[in-house]
Amino acid sequence: MSPQPTVGAFLRVEEVVKSFDGTLAVDRVNLELTQGEIFALLGSSGCGKTTLLRMVAGFEQPTSGRLLLEGRDLVGLPPYERPLNMMFQSYALFPHLSVQDNVGFGLKRAGMPSAEIATRVEALLKLVQLSRLAQRKPHQLSGGQQQRVALARSLARQPKLLLLDEPLGALDRKLREETRIELVHIIQQVGVTCLMVTHDQEEAMTMASRMAVMHEGRILQIGTPDEIYERPSSRFVADFIGNVNLLDARVQSTTEQHWSLSTADVPHVLAERGPATAGTPNCVALRPEKIHLSRQPPEQPQVNAVKGVVREKAYCGSFTQYHLGLPSGAVLKAALTNVDRTAQSDPALGEEAWAHWSSTAPVVLTR
Amino acid sequence: MSTTHPTNNAPTPAHKRVRTGRGGRWVVGVPYVWLVAFFLLPFIVVLKISVSEMGTVHPKDLLVWKDGGLQVMGDLGHFAAMAADPIYLGSALRSVQYAAITTVLCLAIGYPFAYFMARARKSVQPLLLMLVMLPFWISFLLRAYAWKGLLSPEGWAHDLIVGLGLDTLMAWLGMIPAPGQLMNTPFSLVVGMVYTYLPFMILPLYGTLSKLDLRLLEAAQDLGATPWVTFWRVTVPMSQAGIIAGSMLVFIPCIGEYVIPELLGGPETLMIGRVIWDELFFNNDWPRASALAVVMILMVIVPLALFRKYQAEAQEGPR
Repeated sequence: MSPQPTVGAFLRVEEVVKSFDGTLAVDRVNLELTQGEIFALLGSSGCGKTTLLRMVAGFEQPTSGRLLLEGRDLVGLPPYERPLNMMFQSYALFPHLSVQDNVGFGLKRAGMPSAEIATRVEALLKLVQLSRLAQRKPHQLSGGQQQRVALARSLARQPKLLLLDEPLGALDRKLREETRIELVHIIQQVGVTCLMVTHDQEEAMTMASRMAVMHEGRILQIGTPDEIYERPSSRFVADFIGNVNLLDARVQSTTEQHWSLSTADVPHVLAERGPATAGTPNCVALRPEKIHLSRQPPEQPQVNAVKGVVREKAYCGSFTQYHLGLPSGAVLKAALTNVDRTAQSDPALGEEAWAHWSSTAPVVLTR
Repeated sequence: MSTTHPTNNAPTPAHKRVRTGRGGRWVVGVPYVWLVAFFLLPFIVVLKISVSEMGTVHPKDLLVWKDGGLQVMGDLGHFAAMAADPIYLGSALRSVQYAAITTVLCLAIGYPFAYFMARARKSVQPLLLMLVMLPFWISFLLRAYAWKGLLSPEGWAHDLIVGLGLDTLMAWLGMIPAPGQLMNTPFSLVVGMVYTYLPFMILPLYGTLSKLDLRLLEAAQDLGATPWVTFWRVTVPMSQAGIIAGSMLVFIPCIGEYVIPELLGGPETLMIGRVIWDELFFNNDWPRASALAVVMILMVIVPLALFRKYQAEAQEGPR
């Protein structure tokens, strides 16, 4: 992960709105990127993330708002005059040109002399490890190789900002992990600021140093991946990222360090008090992996513990997912890491089990 | 919003390649049989006549029984005459020349046409296609006659051109022999040919241009190419298949055109089609006419062979 960003906004998206015939695709988005960071826009299809990316690239014009790159407003500038480059989801390699000519396309447009272009292309191909395929045409390459050509091509003009549209989307699972590491490594090596757009949570969390969750044209939360995962700002964000148990709760009492809440099944939930949140707390969010399951009741069964019946048990390789049926009828999702190959002590299907967690595990939400 | 459909850069997977089974071979065989019966065999007949001697009404037989043995009464004199007589050489060159001019003009007019058709709203495109093909609903002969009327001194096209004073410019350029005379000139011939063959250029161009992946144009712009540069560096090279197909569909028939030079052409536009007709019907010289036909076919086969070679190479590559 890249280091924490310092002050100053390298890219500022200011109150950007995009409406298509009355429907708001992007609804007053504000973002700030600092130089050198990899920033991810995460959201499901139709949330407006791609529209926003295209506006930064110059393929769409915002209905209103400003896009400031190093203080300079990009709105109104055509794509070929913006000091940024995009790596397309479909790669969009020119089929009639070789790998070498594809990578050098942008440099030729910049008026670089041929000898210089050749050296630079060589260096780029070496960076992405495709030197021996320089003369091939795109249709003669595998998906992963095509992606590397697309990356080299987008880095050729040394852009100030690199835009990635679903960078790992077209790759299969195994290739995704290797490519992800390589991609981040190359981006950090080059030192370019990066804005990526994806619907894949894993992609966003593993690649980006900061991310934003987007839904229906609006930014819901901005933060580092762990901030968003561990301290979601709303039920929606908590539910959107990973798995979560959302328990309706009522506040019983508060101290400086703790909330005391009650839920339908758990009479006493003790949660560490985080930074001040606006509004009345009404929900406890609990991630499945933070819950311990055991056959015996914990030492203090009154606090952060509940007894239930194992309704579902799904083996997922590295962990096992449990659905615990609670007295009120609600279901608590728990995930246990399979620490031991021969896990005899884990609760079985249909058995009664105690679920318990620490006071730092739950997050109190107000909306 | 961008779709997730990738540009088809990957090689065709095995299960998608069409396998020609037994039934498939029969179906493919039918055009072959057709070509053999109606092209190859007639060509051989024409070739045979071109080396025969001419009798009073029909050409003489090639193979005769003479003195108890089979003799070939052949005569390659006509092919020799072709090279010698300036009329034949001239008409052959002129045919290629006018076919080339027509092709270039069809490309110049047809490309923008096809480009904007391909970029029009999807709902409008079928209508535009129909408009391009509408002329075919009327007999081609009638359309040629229509031009005859339009360009004759009574026609309004004539009045328009003369009224604008363009005819003096055209006369100076050699397109017409003298100002005011628009009919039966190189100008009227080319107008007729371009008008007739334009749809044959537009349709293949439209075919390739409508399949153009617009994301490639975006990628080019992202990399610093202005729309003008994108057009010449990406759009045109990628529509190469359409350009060549359209050019072949115009150039090849134009070489052998007879009706349009006959109706709209003049004494300076003598093309090989008319020369063959003259030899066959005026001079009743079947062998000479056949020889000319053979030469014309050879003039067409060279570009055709190049076209096939290009197509074969293109098949190996992306779709």
